[in-house]
Amino acid sequence: MFLKPEPTIKDLKGLLESANFTLDQLLNMYYQMNLIREFEEAIGAKYYEGKNPFNMASGPIRGEMHLSSGQEAVAVGVGGNLRKEDVVVSTHRPHHHAIAKGTDIRKLAAEIFGKSTGLCGGKGGHMHLFDKEVRFSCSGIVGASFPQAAGAAFAFKYRGEDNVAVAFAGEGAANHGTFYETLNAASLWELPLIVVIEDNMYADSTPKSVALATPHHFQRAMSLNVPSFLVDGMDVIDVYLATRKAVQRARSGGGPSLIEAVTYRFRGHFEGDGQEYRERDEVELWRVMDPITRLGNRLTKLGVEKERLENERRKARERVEDALKFAEESPYPEPSTALVGVFK
Amino acid sequence: MRMKGISQAIAQAISQEMERRSDIVVLGEDVTYWGAVFGFTMGLFDKFGRKRVVDTPITEQTFMGMAVGMASVGLHPVVSLMFVDFLGAGFDQMYNHMAKNHYMSGGQFPMPVTVITAIGGGYGDAEQHSQVLYGLFAHVPGFKVVVPSNAYDAKGLTIRALRDPNPVVIFGHKLLTGLPFLPYEGGEDEVPEEPYELEFGKASVRMEGSDLTVASAGLMVHRAMRVAEKLRKEGISVEVVDLRTLVPLDEETLSRSVKKTGRLLILDEDYMSYGMTGEVTFRVQSRALRDLKAPIQRLAVPDVPIPFSEPLEKEVIPGEARIEAKIREMVS
Ligand SMILES: Cc1ncc(C[n+]2csc(CCOP(=O)(O)OP(=O)(O)O)c2C)c(N)n1
Repeated sequence: MFLKPEPTIKDLKGLLESANFTLDQLLNMYYQMNLIREFEEAIGAKYYEGKNPFNMASGPIRGEMHLSSGQEAVAVGVGGNLRKEDVVVSTHRPHHHAIAKGTDIRKLAAEIFGKSTGLCGGKGGHMHLFDKEVRFSCSGIVGASFPQAAGAAFAFKYRGEDNVAVAFAGEGAANHGTFYETLNAASLWELPLIVVIEDNMYADSTPKSVALATPHHFQRAMSLNVPSFLVDGMDVIDVYLATRKAVQRARSGGGPSLIEAVTYRFRGHFEGDGQEYRERDEVELWRVMDPITRLGNRLTKLGVEKERLENERRKARERVEDALKFAEESPYPEPSTALVGVFK
Repeated sequence: MRMKGISQAIAQAISQEMERRSDIVVLGEDVTYWGAVFGFTMGLFDKFGRKRVVDTPITEQTFMGMAVGMASVGLHPVVSLMFVDFLGAGFDQMYNHMAKNHYMSGGQFPMPVTVITAIGGGYGDAEQHSQVLYGLFAHVPGFKVVVPSNAYDAKGLTIRALRDPNPVVIFGHKLLTGLPFLPYEGGEDEVPEEPYELEFGKASVRMEGSDLTVASAGLMVHRAMRVAEKLRKEGISVEVVDLRTLVPLDEETLSRSVKKTGRLLILDEDYMSYGMTGEVTFRVQSRALRDLKAPIQRLAVPDVPIPFSEPLEKEVIPGEARIEAKIREMVS
């Protein structure tokens, strides 16, 4: 477990001041994290509709479903530093990254429901979200995000643009050859790439302890001369500030960085996961560190009224309700559209 | 005992062989707690422990390569490739080494590796988790390709694989696993408790008929049988041949059937072009061209990835309605 000690209120104020970080920015992050959480919980609830007894093929949302509750701070802390032109390549657990990158949550929800109004017209579904508008993509194949983001970073450098590319991946994916291969190339060519290892302690049912020879990813990155940040992934401020440095470095031609964000997924690997591989107590322990509650407490200490926070949460909930309504009321695609689109 | 689905059968086969022999080890992602997700290694961890049942890091290339190395010095690894769709991340070690070292070394090394993987769609898992792809493996010389459609076959063919000195890839269809979280399209089989082997290269005639032969494997065998049963009531007599292994392929049983019926429909859940359907067509016509009363036809995934949305997925994976229409068209 890696969690930084909670700063005192004085330190927190000082930190925000010296980092030129406003209360409004923090409130916006609070809203964003709530938006993600509300979205994930709403999708989670819908997913079980029509699935009693549990059967992946039934109900309004089919197939596997990987939710990110608990990991919001990583997505929002990173996303808060990105522009529309920056690229994000995500994984099989992509909703929080997509929302933090600014995808339209109506289209996002509609895609998850397999509707024609979805991001990909219903072709991709939850694990294959593509949004050219905000330069977001993802893959159901573990380890696939690293080189694709590096490719985009290559293009930015080649064209002299100061955009950055971000590859999100889990700690399980960091065992894949693509992790080392990509970091090596990116370091060698000084690409504007940021690799974010979202370490939530488990890859499916496999705990990090039986799959990694070192608890830390930054050690591996250092061996390839890639500067790294070890951050508290349950603390959006920590993630945000580290990413800001990495992004500045990348935009100014300094090359790649790695961000190792230690976090936790509150739900199973996928919906329906019996979670026999971990203890309830462990999950409860991490829940104490809920990144949303944690930020909420800090905002309260900084003088933000409880109602204001409640208001942000309500706004988030309403937007999610609207998105799900839109998704459910949208039509399914015409079956014949399945046969077009392999080539342009 | 009565068994529902191929998962339990495959896991039991591995377990029984592991009890008898110490050279077998099981490796792959999530093979312990999760029984490789689709249950093919279920219960093995409890019985044999982490020494013989090993969760690997997510490193397909490496654990496939390790299997090659293990086999070269006398172990018989059973490797789980969770979904066949992930083969891209390990295919070099498979097709350039696992499949070739025996040949390249002039026969010095056998390559006793059993790879078990899950195939198929139909439950909304989309492009990267619903493919069949056995045609890719069958295309590369050196792999034996096993596609069981029921528990009895699954057990016998798995035990055969575990006694084979060659790399054998077993493709278990997700909708035949019998696991509660997926739709099940199989039946219940009487499966002997004791270990038994089924020969490779022996197709099975699941249903006798005289008007048309449907050749298929895995899940599609069940869809074909249900259609055949329905058509039987109308006097259309369909023979259903379950190929069971694509490599080696039982040309004998196939062509005997086609000589009898004069018509062949090949039914496949893999992509159409350059796939199993083309190969079977060629082999059958070269043995039974003169006996054909009509051109051979095929139904397969029409060269598009498997889309996510339900109506789209149904459009591309052959379903019973389409199989029925095709058969009616061919016999009319
Ligand atoms: C190449 C490949 N191998 C295996 C899988 C199956 N799989 C999907 S998610 C996953 C675990 C990923 O763990 P991690 O990278 O830590 O991400 P997390 O799920 O924790 O977000 C595995 C093994 C896959 N999708 N692709």
